[in-house]
Amino acid sequence: MRAEHFCAECGHVQPAEPTDFFSFFGLPRKLELDETALEREFYALSRKLHPDVYSRASVREQAWSLEKTSQLNDAYRTLKDPVSRTEYLLLLEGIQMEEQSKTATEKARAAGVDKKQTVPAELLEEAFELNMLLEEAKQGGVDDDLRGQLMAIRTSLAARLNTMQEELRAAWKQWDSGDVEATAQMVDVLNRRGYLRNLERDINEVLK
Amino acid sequence: MVDDKVVGIDLGTTNSLVAYMASGPSLAHPDAPGKGVFILPGEDGSNLVPSVVALDADNHVLVGNAARTVLLTSPERAVYSVKRLMGRGLDDVRGELKLFPFHLADDLAAGEVLRIKLGERTYTPPEISAQILRQLKRNAERFFGAPVKQAVITVPAYFNDAQRQATKDAGRIAGLEVLRLVNEPTAASLAYGLDKKQNGTIAVYDFGGGTFDVSILRLQDGIFEVIATNGDTHLGGDDIDNLLISIAADDIAGDLKIDIRKYPDAVQRLRNAVIEAKIALSSQEAADVEVELPDGKQYQRRITREMFERMVQPIVARTLGPCRQALKDAGLSVEQVDEVVLVGGSTRIPLVRREVETLFARKAHTELNPDEVVALGAAVQANILAGGSAETKDMLLLDVTPLSLGIEALGGVTAKIIHRNSTIPASATEHFTTGVEGQVSVAIHVLQGEREMAKDCRSLARFDLKGIPPMPAGLPRIEVRFLIDANGILHVSAREQRSGKEAEIQVQPSYGLTDEQVENMILDSFDNAEKDLAERQLIEARNEAETILTALVKGRRNEAWTMLSMSEQEKVDELERKLRLAMSGSDYQAIRSSIDELNQATMHLAELMMDAAVGSALRGKNMDSTGVGEGPEAPHPIGKAEFS
Repeated sequence: MRAEHFCAECGHVQPAEPTDFFSFFGLPRKLELDETALEREFYALSRKLHPDVYSRASVREQAWSLEKTSQLNDAYRTLKDPVSRTEYLLLLEGIQMEEQSKTATEKARAAGVDKKQTVPAELLEEAFELNMLLEEAKQGGVDDDLRGQLMAIRTSLAARLNTMQEELRAAWKQWDSGDVEATAQMVDVLNRRGYLRNLERDINEVLK
Repeated sequence: MVDDKVVGIDLGTTNSLVAYMASGPSLAHPDAPGKGVFILPGEDGSNLVPSVVALDADNHVLVGNAARTVLLTSPERAVYSVKRLMGRGLDDVRGELKLFPFHLADDLAAGEVLRIKLGERTYTPPEISAQILRQLKRNAERFFGAPVKQAVITVPAYFNDAQRQATKDAGRIAGLEVLRLVNEPTAASLAYGLDKKQNGTIAVYDFGGGTFDVSILRLQDGIFEVIATNGDTHLGGDDIDNLLISIAADDIAGDLKIDIRKYPDAVQRLRNAVIEAKIALSSQEAADVEVELPDGKQYQRRITREMFERMVQPIVARTLGPCRQALKDAGLSVEQVDEVVLVGGSTRIPLVRREVETLFARKAHTELNPDEVVALGAAVQANILAGGSAETKDMLLLDVTPLSLGIEALGGVTAKIIHRNSTIPASATEHFTTGVEGQVSVAIHVLQGEREMAKDCRSLARFDLKGIPPMPAGLPRIEVRFLIDANGILHVSAREQRSGKEAEIQVQPSYGLTDEQVENMILDSFDNAEKDLAERQLIEARNEAETILTALVKGRRNEAWTMLSMSEQEKVDELERKLRLAMSGSDYQAIRSSIDELNQATMHLAELMMDAAVGSALRGKNMDSTGVGEGPEAPHPIGKAEFS
């Protein structure tokens, strides 16, 4: 059900109701979505809901417009990005993300503990080698040889991240066609992706 | 006709301006081709009001050019570049104080809002800024002959919450309802966007007197969507001046054995001399810095453009990092940027242009006056907020928050809850609980910034969630909602969910004025302005009438006049007689309504004159260059300013 944004009579903004981001746009809880259409809808709703439009309206309508527009912006920001859209769906479905998720990272950091790291099996060897190189860089600086090796690993990481997009899309398809088990696959892809992104970040830090 | 005019204000570090966008062309203000956006000049006819506030011998407040004179003779009685102090605490400005002759109150406590000594009294930065705003308000009121109560004020895109709040407070103190704070580069894009109705991605590079911003926007069918912004709120022309001053001071100490830093008035003369040289070097290959020293000796030094560029190169280079970061945050490569727009006085420096054009690999736009474009854009936004017009009805600005919002978590780390470059209004909801049995309050520390550790971020507010019903540890569930509004200002509300009790919270900004303090500072908004308003209104209405009648005399000599129908001409003639009659009376409202009628009747004439003058090739250029009208430099024939 699409949330009611406007009064049917006068076309003015209505108070914000708690709603999930998919419902806000009147969308089913599916992951393959037409991003161009979403953008169009975002612009159309912005034109009608934005505080600029209500700058001379009553205080009550101004408050509603502010609430509604923040909902609209939060919803659009979350849904337009494939990864945050997937994470949001998992959150809605009550599925806890594991080690690599941003929330887990922040929680671990807040609690002051080292985050549990499960290295994806296929990456064990590479991750081990990379950590050695990174350690070497920290100790003795980055010479041309080391730089070359790190850049090569970075390139291969980027390629892997690319194939993960496809894996993620495959999981979306399953979910959208009604396969609830697809969530496990999404969690797996996102975890591995998070791990790779951390490695990428470490390399960039050293190469900076 | 009673309509509340909403003006656009650029409250700059060096200069401030007020602008207005009329709905449709106007014969009396032809300097705004087609679009009707124009700067409202001060009584001296100048568009720029220097952002200087001073006290004269009788302790009357002076603003603008008059204050600048005081700055030279008794620098301790004048304040400039106060924007640098807005929303900042003592610790933030220590470095700054070495370079600026700000005299802070002696009894400042840590965490208190700064107070600056001026004559016998001390003033907070919002109060000083309010004096500038009030001068602009007066200039606008003088122009319209009617009170002005609402404004859109621009701020650097990279201003944090405290700096924005301080700007809003300044507006309130000046007796202005601030309908919106707009980011300066975004405002500039609105001014440019009026002319170019096309879609695409633009980068706005805004290098002003004290601040630097860069914003990347996507324009689509009238929607101006900011994708990423970055900047430095303490990087501007001031830094170039300070560098040149310190080089010259060392020079003087070495050659002439005088420590000029000990003589504030001599430093001030030196400042003026280097600024003049800086400006000259934008168009000349060499310039001389000449200053008379306290012992009567003369310091003289020739600076070539090459030397100048070598000296300021490191400062200009500091703007390029934020540009790259903004591009990266926007997920764009340089090739994907369609247009680059230059804003701010410091972009007149050829080196700056070269560096920007090299970075973005394209020629930058400079068609609109870089000192005025932000104010013009603010006026466009003011027009949108006031209900819009034919030109602005499809325009909508979607801006972002420049800095991430976070809360301090265990271990002193920052947990980000709203990321930078999120479209505003934006919100986040966080849940908190207690750690000890029976705990009735939870302390929350709100931060702004990108750093990992809370101590490296800007502290926005510390507050306690109070009134939590006593429960076992971990059981209360307190929901706190953080909302950044369209001004980029944070609002916090909280609720204890288990008991359904709305928790009482007080958000005390780490550096800021309380509502009550602001209330007490509000300049007698009903000061002299109201007392002799009636008299002033009459004078101003007559002046406004003179303006349109003079314009009409000119208009009749224009070829466009012959293109009007007979009945149109007769209508104009009749309304002219009516206005002249009203002018001989003393009913200012009768004069104003006659002006409005005549304005209406001559709109067609104004359009025809503009079409003829502008031509299709020149459309969108500044009217100055077309020779129609007198341009913004012409003195406005209106009464003198009053200073309190």
